[in-house]
Amino acid sequence: MSIDMSQFYQTFFDESFEGLETMESGLLGLDVGAADEETVNTIFRAAHSIKGGSATFGFTAVAEFTHVMETLLDEMRAGDRMVTEHAVDLLLQSVDCLREMLTAVQNEDAVDSERVSNVQKDLEILLNGDESSAAQTENTVEVVSENSNNVSTGWIVEFKPFDYLLKTGNDPVRLFRELSLLGEYTTTVNAENLPLFNDFDPELSYLSWTVELVGDITVESINEIFEWVDDDCELIVTAISSQDEEVVVDIDASAPEQFSQEVEEETEVSPIVENNVQELKPENAPEAKTTPAPAPAPDKRGAKKPSVDQGSIRVGIDKVDALINMVGELVITQSMLSQLGENLTQEKLEKMQDGLAQLERNTRELQESVMRIRMLPISFAFQRFPRMVRDLSHKLGKEIDLRLLGEQTELDKTVMEKIGDPLVHLVRNSIDHGIEMPDERQAAGKPRMGVVELNAFHQGGNIVIEIDDDGKGIDKEVIRNKAIEKGVISENEVLSDEQIYDLIFAPGFSTAKEVSDVSGRGVGMDVVKRNIRELGGTIEVKSEKGVGSKITIRLPLTLAILDGQLIRVGGDTYIVPLVSIIESLQVRDEQVNGIAGQAELYKLRDDYVPIVRLHDVFTLKPDSEKLTDGLIVIVEGEGNQVGLFVDDLLGQQQVVIKSLETNFRPVEGVSGATILGDGTVALILDVVGLIKLSKQERIKAA
Amino acid sequence: MAKILAVDDSASMRQMVSFTLKGAGHDVVEASDGVDALEKAKSNQVDLVLTDVNMPNMDGVTLIKELRALPSYKFTPMLTLTTESGMDKKMEGKQAGATGWIVKPFSPDQLLATIKKVLG
Repeated sequence: MSIDMSQFYQTFFDESFEGLETMESGLLGLDVGAADEETVNTIFRAAHSIKGGSATFGFTAVAEFTHVMETLLDEMRAGDRMVTEHAVDLLLQSVDCLREMLTAVQNEDAVDSERVSNVQKDLEILLNGDESSAAQTENTVEVVSENSNNVSTGWIVEFKPFDYLLKTGNDPVRLFRELSLLGEYTTTVNAENLPLFNDFDPELSYLSWTVELVGDITVESINEIFEWVDDDCELIVTAISSQDEEVVVDIDASAPEQFSQEVEEETEVSPIVENNVQELKPENAPEAKTTPAPAPAPDKRGAKKPSVDQGSIRVGIDKVDALINMVGELVITQSMLSQLGENLTQEKLEKMQDGLAQLERNTRELQESVMRIRMLPISFAFQRFPRMVRDLSHKLGKEIDLRLLGEQTELDKTVMEKIGDPLVHLVRNSIDHGIEMPDERQAAGKPRMGVVELNAFHQGGNIVIEIDDDGKGIDKEVIRNKAIEKGVISENEVLSDEQIYDLIFAPGFSTAKEVSDVSGRGVGMDVVKRNIRELGGTIEVKSEKGVGSKITIRLPLTLAILDGQLIRVGGDTYIVPLVSIIESLQVRDEQVNGIAGQAELYKLRDDYVPIVRLHDVFTLKPDSEKLTDGLIVIVEGEGNQVGLFVDDLLGQQQVVIKSLETNFRPVEGVSGATILGDGTVALILDVVGLIKLSKQERIKAA
Repeated sequence: MAKILAVDDSASMRQMVSFTLKGAGHDVVEASDGVDALEKAKSNQVDLVLTDVNMPNMDGVTLIKELRALPSYKFTPMLTLTTESGMDKKMEGKQAGATGWIVKPFSPDQLLATIKKVLG
């Protein structure tokens, strides 16, 4: 049976790249000296899987390379090896190396074999502090070749299974069937241990056998058959022909024979071990003279990654299930319609129209679900930062604590791909120009370790990404002088702080005294701003000298998904983002202060919360204008709270945000719209906007 | 033809094993770790279990131990799929009640040959 293994390659590559991510983030999280056991195990497992897969699918070089990594990790896992900084660095380099190898294999490109063999050699040097595992393997191979002379014209096999043999799933019948294939075969059964019927346990085996085998048979081929049961039986194999050269393999007791058994197993079914011995040697020998591996270039890796990702997109099962569900509904609707259409009469017209409406709804839902597939958590863009920050801080001698927040915030895959490089540039900038050297920080009374924080969240139909550092901040004077020097502004121009910070994004503007290889590579800040503009977003810098800088990127999300609370005012349904809801409560009259319709305040515990009557904001007719008849939904935005007066709370659901701006025009108090399951449009409330509105109203009222 | 439970946390290995076995006419139940496998084995009596050893949540050795303790799996052949570096793993598997092992990497043909031996 021949099977085309290439059909499994894509899955293998996908899981391997994922495994590499796991390894990388695991390695970055390892505490040198006191490594977390489970983390080491996870890293080991990833390497182990890649090795197994690459060996199975014939990617020998990858398998060999991973084998060395795996051995190292195995020792760490077993506690035989300390987790040192050097080992972690080397393993991280190996991850890069492996990623390159896999990418090359995937694209059928040549592998940078010099880099690979350098890293592999470093790994082996680290490993072989005591003795070479390759050498060990070689030894065992030799032992076997000596052993394999054990050919005889015949053998006596005495086989006495322990009583529990059947409970290992091994059947003596299978063993005899295989023995019979080796040569001429006669067997005698020994039933003397068979108990009396009353004592007989049908689950145990009581028999033993003596098998005589005649033919050119090696002892290995016999041992191979009994390989699985050697611990579950007494087995004695004796050569018939030459009495003086008797070979006895009594497996349960003696150690040396146990060893030969192991040896045999290793060679017969594991070509990879032999490959290691034979192929590693010639590769390693010449490379001893080559120069050490060049420092890993994080840029290259960052640039290469998308080419790997483009082919496929990982989608949560729930999203796929939703799709399948909807396609199912579509099929039902379709068959309903075609049934109706077969003999359409006047009275069926209404049903037909219902069916068509249903079809329309199905189609729309399907379309939305398909679009939702494109939404990925921003962790995909964030995941490269731990490694990058680690490498950079090593290089620059800085101590940096990277914090990632809001990693589950979803955004469109296209937006994610485009925002990746600008983010890299901004984080690099924060580290290179923002965070000071540890000594400098200490002198300034700050902790030696600087903090860089990335935070992502949804806000009013936008996704906001903040890059916050506690470094030295931006010196407005320096920027101003630089801008004058470069002729961007004139000497006596008066600029607001905002305008000064905005100068950073002017083309060709760089404040670093010399272009370092950290932030000076590739795109400049002007390109960052342009990229973000192209996505329809904005970028904003806030900084305080000596305290730090905060860069805020706002990207519109025509496709963002929002967890919404459906509320009802009169006959209309609105959606309040679930994240902004603090609580919902029934109103008691005595807790409301103020005159109806004007600046009402609700006493919520120790606070007074302004009440916003949504029916007033949107000029609707509510069920009742009496506060006690409805509900108050307390919402918070930018640190302020208001109570929204609504008629009723409906369900909660995830909604896809449609931009009102692009489809209609901006509406105060509304951040977007969505289409509900029944086909009606519901507006999504802009909580921050509503709070601002209510403030203005109160000022007017006062 | 037999019903075989194939357990591996690596999707590509699972695919390969499953495709090979199905190609030989067997029924295959796939599971991605020990916990998953145990659940599937309980609701779906199989004739043979092939399991990877190193897996998250529940490893192959524990899976075999758990399965062997079930009356319906007392005599069922169970093979570990193990790597050549895992000699102690083979033995651990055996002690847990495994019938035997198949050493990774294996080709589809090697897999089928071994299965044939066990299933008779």
